[in-house]
Amino acid sequence: MPRMNAARKHPVEFTLNGRTVRAEVENRMLLSDLLRHEIGLTGTHVGCEHGVCGACTVQIDGRPARACLTLAQQVRGSDVRTVEALAPDPAVLSPLQAAFRRHHGLQCGFCTPGILMSLDALLRERPDADREDIREHLSGHLCRCTGYATIVEAALAAAEEQRKEETTNA
Amino acid sequence: MTILEKTESLVGRTVERIEDAGLLTGRGRYIDDLPVRQDTAHLAILRSPHGHAEIRTIDTTAALALPGVFAVLTGEDVARLTRSMTVGVKANVECWPMARDRVRYVGEPVALVVAENRYVAEDALDLIEVEYETLAAVIDPEKALAANAPVLHPSLETNLINERSFRYGDPEAAFEAAAHRISIRIAYPRNSCTPIETYGVIAEYDPGEDAYDVTANFQGPFSIHAVISRALNVPGNRMRLRTPPDSGGSFGIKQGVFPYVILAAVAARVAGRPVKWIEDRLEHLTASVSATNRVTTLEAAVTANGRITALSWDQLEDCGAHLRAPEPATLYRMHGNMTGAYAIENVAIRNRVVLTNKTPTGLNRGFGGPQIYLALERLVHKIADELGLDRLDVIRRNLVPADAFPYRTATGGLLDSGDYQAALDRACAEGGLEALRQRRDSARAEGRLYGIGYAAVVEPSVSNMGYITTVLTPDERAKAGPKNGAQAVATVAIDPLGSVTVKVASVPQGQGHRTVLAQVVAERLGLPMQAVYVNTELDTSRDAWSIASGNYASRFAPAVAGAAALAADRIRRRLAAIAAGQLNVTADRVDFKAGKLVDRDNPDNAVSFGRVAAASHWAPGTLPDGTDQTIRETVFWTPEQLQAPTAADGINSSLCHGFIFDFCGVEIDRATGQVRIDSYVTMHDCGRILHPGMVEGQVRGGFAQAVGAALYEEYAYGSDGSFLTGTLADYLIPTVMETPEPVILHHETPSPFTPLGAKGVGEGNCMSTPVCIANAVADALGVEDIRLPLSPSRVSEWLYGEERPPSKPQNAIPVATGASGQRMLTGSGSADVAATRGAVWAMLLDPNTLKAIIPGAHEVRKVTDTHFRAEVTLGIGPVKGRYRADIRLSDMVEPEAVTLSGGTEGALGSGRGMGRITLADTATGTRIAYRYEAAIGGKVASVGGRLLDGAARVVIGQFFQALARHAGGGTPRSVGFLQRLSALFRRRR
Repeated sequence: MPRMNAARKHPVEFTLNGRTVRAEVENRMLLSDLLRHEIGLTGTHVGCEHGVCGACTVQIDGRPARACLTLAQQVRGSDVRTVEALAPDPAVLSPLQAAFRRHHGLQCGFCTPGILMSLDALLRERPDADREDIREHLSGHLCRCTGYATIVEAALAAAEEQRKEETTNA
Repeated sequence: MTILEKTESLVGRTVERIEDAGLLTGRGRYIDDLPVRQDTAHLAILRSPHGHAEIRTIDTTAALALPGVFAVLTGEDVARLTRSMTVGVKANVECWPMARDRVRYVGEPVALVVAENRYVAEDALDLIEVEYETLAAVIDPEKALAANAPVLHPSLETNLINERSFRYGDPEAAFEAAAHRISIRIAYPRNSCTPIETYGVIAEYDPGEDAYDVTANFQGPFSIHAVISRALNVPGNRMRLRTPPDSGGSFGIKQGVFPYVILAAVAARVAGRPVKWIEDRLEHLTASVSATNRVTTLEAAVTANGRITALSWDQLEDCGAHLRAPEPATLYRMHGNMTGAYAIENVAIRNRVVLTNKTPTGLNRGFGGPQIYLALERLVHKIADELGLDRLDVIRRNLVPADAFPYRTATGGLLDSGDYQAALDRACAEGGLEALRQRRDSARAEGRLYGIGYAAVVEPSVSNMGYITTVLTPDERAKAGPKNGAQAVATVAIDPLGSVTVKVASVPQGQGHRTVLAQVVAERLGLPMQAVYVNTELDTSRDAWSIASGNYASRFAPAVAGAAALAADRIRRRLAAIAAGQLNVTADRVDFKAGKLVDRDNPDNAVSFGRVAAASHWAPGTLPDGTDQTIRETVFWTPEQLQAPTAADGINSSLCHGFIFDFCGVEIDRATGQVRIDSYVTMHDCGRILHPGMVEGQVRGGFAQAVGAALYEEYAYGSDGSFLTGTLADYLIPTVMETPEPVILHHETPSPFTPLGAKGVGEGNCMSTPVCIANAVADALGVEDIRLPLSPSRVSEWLYGEERPPSKPQNAIPVATGASGQRMLTGSGSADVAATRGAVWAMLLDPNTLKAIIPGAHEVRKVTDTHFRAEVTLGIGPVKGRYRADIRLSDMVEPEAVTLSGGTEGALGSGRGMGRITLADTATGTRIAYRYEAAIGGKVASVGGRLLDGAARVVIGQFFQALARHAGGGTPRSVGFLQRLSALFRRRR
């Protein structure tokens, strides 16, 4: 990694939701700020900026990560996915998103993008995830509205649907 | 438009939410997502590190000089352009959004910076120098009343800002005649429902019109708009307040954004450009509003068989450092239902409001409910226990009888509807109480700690805007004029193509108002839900609103949705009249079905909704005589039951009163003291249910927050005023792992007072659940003096007594707890350095040397020959922070000895200390010996003593190693003295 200094901006290039992006940022800029305020993708939310609430969770090279604890420069060359990439089409929800709507897995929706990114990664990696797996992965997220039960139900329904689809396709 | 056949029964169904598609795809529009003008600057706030201190000087020169900074404002600058915020009681105090001469709580704004971006603004905060003279702080509301307590507001001469006594019925006679007098004393802690989205404000000022335009994620009540306008010294029509389309939760908390509306508005005016402020989480935890903490003594007059004939309340309410609008509303919101779900004829109340060195309080879900029910429902348990009666029987015996509704309470409330006995019986049967009792008995037989708790509560909703005036005396009220009612507003509009838009002033924060309004209006107009568009953004310059507007007091379903139904009905009547002419029938024969207006007796005789609806635009001349337009109808609805307080202080504080009966089983881990909720049943009567899925969401959400309040959450303060729970690692919010699944039951008795029969449901479990769990824990442990939160350490104290010091004293540096919650550090040591005394002396007085050798130093400045200022960053354990140290030298005997004294402060704590350094010649150079004594306060003081001492030694060691290296070799013998001293000063965070 090239040597950087605080006095000027430095280029960073990475893949964001399938497209290459380039930006010039100070080395102290957070990934969450770059996504939201420089690039303008405001779907990733910032709830605590100290890594506890999970609202800012994005996927970096397929793994969930806190955008508020990641410097923009750290994603150089990485593949970053945000909530904006989940729906297959602007007017169509992904099975996971649709399950959240069906099961009332959200109220204010502020924590939801981070939760979706964690669950999306989990269900991709572990299609057989059960209730306990889902609860464990959700434990890195704070939601103040729902009491979590409907989130767990939505995730279970999405996992079930995904498994059915794979059986059908096989 | 595929569900046309279902349009007639939309209300009461769990339909998918209109809001969700956008929120699930990242297209929500929360305040930080909104587009802003290109020249918008960012605001950052410098906050007090002290709980109580005089501000001596504020030097903003360096901050103003930083490139990218547009403005820096202190409290005096803000005061010049504003007026003190309105205080809700008659008292000689001022209430400013930014401290002027004195700070009164940790986190109180002291200065603000407007800069080109947040990063630069926060850089500039570090350059503002504030000199404080710390004062003794008072945190405990009872101690704040003591004659020798520090007084927060000298103009008030006391911390008791308001006291009122009330008497209803004949409580003295009832107590006199009572077979038993049973009382309880209990304290409710501070906590907050902490929405995941923090506060945000975007403000603009137009000097040409002397007008402010502010967007904030404010939630109401919009009575606060008047407070803001007055503070900014403009008429209400020059204070445009708008809300963003989406809000990331509030639970009452975002009411408390309004002082920042004032600050941002003034900042925009001074900076000459729009200003945006997004609060960060640390600011939110430290300085946003929370529930009040309250100390309550409650006594009951009880008959031999457990019937309560009188209650005597003594409530001491702690509203923090300032009485900020709408406080002391937390204390009065429940005034009409101080007898809970019970028929109790005689009531005495003494209400006192006290100020302490804590953050000012405000709205928080449950608002006043958890405080009173913790006392009342603990007392009902205790009455049963003392009389040897079954607890459930005592609850049953005292409930308001089913045939008594609407029931006027002793304090003036009007309980609208209910069948409390039936609801309770159904809960016990359907919730499996008998099985739970057996479960408890078998657990106890195995020696496990298991308890069952109950709670019966009344959940008020739709606040009477006049209830807060109960805090005034009848004479004061007579002078001020009556306050009452609660205007709900809804508009139904039809555009030229005949499609329907609904507009309300409800300011949702995630509940799904748009969906329910579409259900309600579509059903009445015979349209599919998707045909109705709902807009819930509020703009005070353009929309219909009133002081009761907003999202609080669980008023949406009973009041706002009802107002929308009334507006739709008015439009419907007119449309029917217009269609009647076209269909050649009488208006009463016109039905609204599947997008058509049809002749009830001949469905083939129909006309499309759009055609009739658009007539008012395209052909108003064709409207029948006496039929008004159908373009737009706005309904203001205020229920007649919400009257002003009577001369005898009777007040119907809320329109609707839901009923909740909860019971739960808890098991306590004997080894760890952890409370596990084994089973929880919650029965609700919230009147007619408009959307079962959302009602369940409200119950579950409130329940989860109540579990947090019962077991984990507290805004904790050190006795020096330091704030101890400033991160989400300290303030513990339940995750999915800590949130059990309640069994939710319903017993509907529609409210006769609301258009749709609905009552509020959003806050009930925040009122019932903390005390239900507390009762279960009391049952499991046989402990009466229950305190929340029921953390493992607290429960362990009840199990095992307080932790005793180890029997074998440790060889650590002595650590003692100093006065007013400070931690004392003392120590001594020495080090050898390969340099002459003169050289060491010179080094210790040279800022450049000091900068090089002080661990974590960014800068050391020599103010005078004997006065240094240093900036350091230090971490102790998990607590890393930036500190500013001020060190003075005295008793200098060159090159032999010097005394260092001074203080240091940072966001995480502060300290003061003194140390003596002596230099002695040795064969190889100089031996430096030192002694120090320091007192540390603030968050850092809460770090374990061993950790603190260990860290102190490490930092001191680093200092002397660096000094030795700087002096050209030598070995530090132990910890350096000077270094320790200076390091210590820095460390006392």
